[in-house]
Amino acid sequence: MLDALLNNYQEAVAIILFGIGFATLLFQRNLIRKLIGMNIMDAGLFLFLTSLGYIHGRKAPIIEEGKILSEAFINPVPSGLVLTGIVVSVSVTAVMLALTVRLYKRYHTLDMDEIYAMTLIEREEND
Amino acid sequence: MDFICNLPLFMIIASLFSSVLCLLLKKKAAYTVCGILMVFLTTADAIVLYYTYAHSTFTYPMGEFPAPWGNEIRAGVLECLILLVFMIVLICSIPAGYRYLRWEVDETKHNLYCALLNLSAAAVCALVFTNDIFTGYVFLEILTLASCGLMVATETGRIVLAGVRYMIMNLLGSSLFLLGVVLLYGMTGHLLMVPLHESLAEISTDPSMMLTVTLVVGVLTIGLAIKSGLFPFYFWMPDTYGWSTPTTAAFMSSVVSKAYIFLLIKVYWRVIGIDLLERMPLHLIVLALGIAGVIFGSVSAIRSNDVNRMVAYSSAAQIGYIFMSLGIGGRAGYIAAIFHLLGHSVTKSLLFLVTPRLEEVADNSMIFKDLQGSALRDRTSGLLFTICSLSMTGIPLFAGFASKFLILLAAWDSSSYGVFTAVLIALAVSTALNALYFLRTVIRIYSHPENEDPENAEPVRRHHSLGYLIPAWTLVAVNVFLGLFPAITAGLIDSGFGMLL
Repeated sequence: MLDALLNNYQEAVAIILFGIGFATLLFQRNLIRKLIGMNIMDAGLFLFLTSLGYIHGRKAPIIEEGKILSEAFINPVPSGLVLTGIVVSVSVTAVMLALTVRLYKRYHTLDMDEIYAMTLIEREEND
Repeated sequence: MDFICNLPLFMIIASLFSSVLCLLLKKKAAYTVCGILMVFLTTADAIVLYYTYAHSTFTYPMGEFPAPWGNEIRAGVLECLILLVFMIVLICSIPAGYRYLRWEVDETKHNLYCALLNLSAAAVCALVFTNDIFTGYVFLEILTLASCGLMVATETGRIVLAGVRYMIMNLLGSSLFLLGVVLLYGMTGHLLMVPLHESLAEISTDPSMMLTVTLVVGVLTIGLAIKSGLFPFYFWMPDTYGWSTPTTAAFMSSVVSKAYIFLLIKVYWRVIGIDLLERMPLHLIVLALGIAGVIFGSVSAIRSNDVNRMVAYSSAAQIGYIFMSLGIGGRAGYIAAIFHLLGHSVTKSLLFLVTPRLEEVADNSMIFKDLQGSALRDRTSGLLFTICSLSMTGIPLFAGFASKFLILLAAWDSSSYGVFTAVLIALAVSTALNALYFLRTVIRIYSHPENEDPENAEPVRRHHSLGYLIPAWTLVAVNVFLGLFPAITAGLIDSGFGMLL
């Protein structure tokens, strides 16, 4: 069991990172911390994917001078997936930051619970 | 390969392109582009549905790389049927909710709203048609982002907060889904559904790998269950659906959450394989969570004190029905799940479009007490609300009855008395609860307010525009069609499942 974990330490670290990020996103009340948690979670997943495709001692699959040597390259598919994932993660972060700015401008706090309490007061005033 | 085989790809590309186009246009032109696109998508999908029904299913390779490496689109009867209903809902909810869009969305931002509608149409098409699980993940995120944008279009404080909560829950869900995809890729080395399925079937012959496979399927299921709002992850629903503008609420409850469920069904049926799934204890957990969702969703709906939250919580109960029939398993269970998905789509979208009209004649209040007598002042909307309520409760003639009947038949077919008894009790209890809160509301909107002066009690005749009446009655017609001729739709779904393998 321990041997398996040590041999696959990249995957183990990736899953630990994913767990940390997941818990941060779920349990933190501060919006910025939640966002940081989300990015840690995504980084964990990307580390997992990259380590899946990495073959020890080989290089990135960039063809030089027309030579195509598949033995010299790592698996390019996971790297491509990571790039796609990074794009998705960046756009999600951007949208979340925009929403956070909106909320901060209106309520002057980043605490989700405080904001919720303020929306309840707002609702009572409207009714 | 016929020209028609290009249509699914054209549909996705046209939606993406017109989404960019809408950014550059003014309000009126943007809505025109949006309308043209929706009509195009519906027609193209109907053509592909006819083609796949008459000929057979087809896969469309993207780029020059063949099957195990490249990306693929796949169209079959089931995919086209579901997309057709989604498109009908979308095409109906835009004009029917336009009255409120005009008030609630900022004048300069209508083109952005249209762009997001087109983007989410693209994401829905891609989610339904894709044959590649990672593409599924990417469009899952696009759909989440676009629907969040549609939500916060009204820009009040509470909707932005609801949007943030919605995004957080969805991000948790989609990263779990991505984790599942990555683990599957690590185990098999494939992303396309067909090679993935073959490789997974080979792996699972080894009994020591069963636990790993079960865990991976569990992670995928939890991810998509969070996103679609299964018990106990449904608490974001009332704020999300209750506070957004009617078009968005109809679209999100009827299309977005159902698209996630359809992706889950595709993963179950095409990637994991139904035989392998029956050997896992997972389907019993899904069944239990589904039953819990049915009961707790209904109880929350009864406890809520405004009509928007009640309708939103009843969505949670209906999602529970769908997962319950997935948990029953077997072909009949999946057919019942898809049928309920379609029936609920057309009913719930209409409910979200009708309730604001009733609130409007009750001085824009959504509290039950103020709604008393609102159907007398707006006869058409009252009638539509009653029809939806009857369908939700499960009265014969409407889709709700047919789908509950199919779920019960599927449970009988499962040849396990425990499952049958559990489903029977859940259906009986939840039907009673549904009747309690929907019919209570119907009686309330048709009864005269207590302190009203009898001389002023004359019904206020409201003239509705055709932009509201035509879409609303179209949705009712689809509902009644599903309810009166369930055999036709169930037969189509059945042949679709036959082609999925």
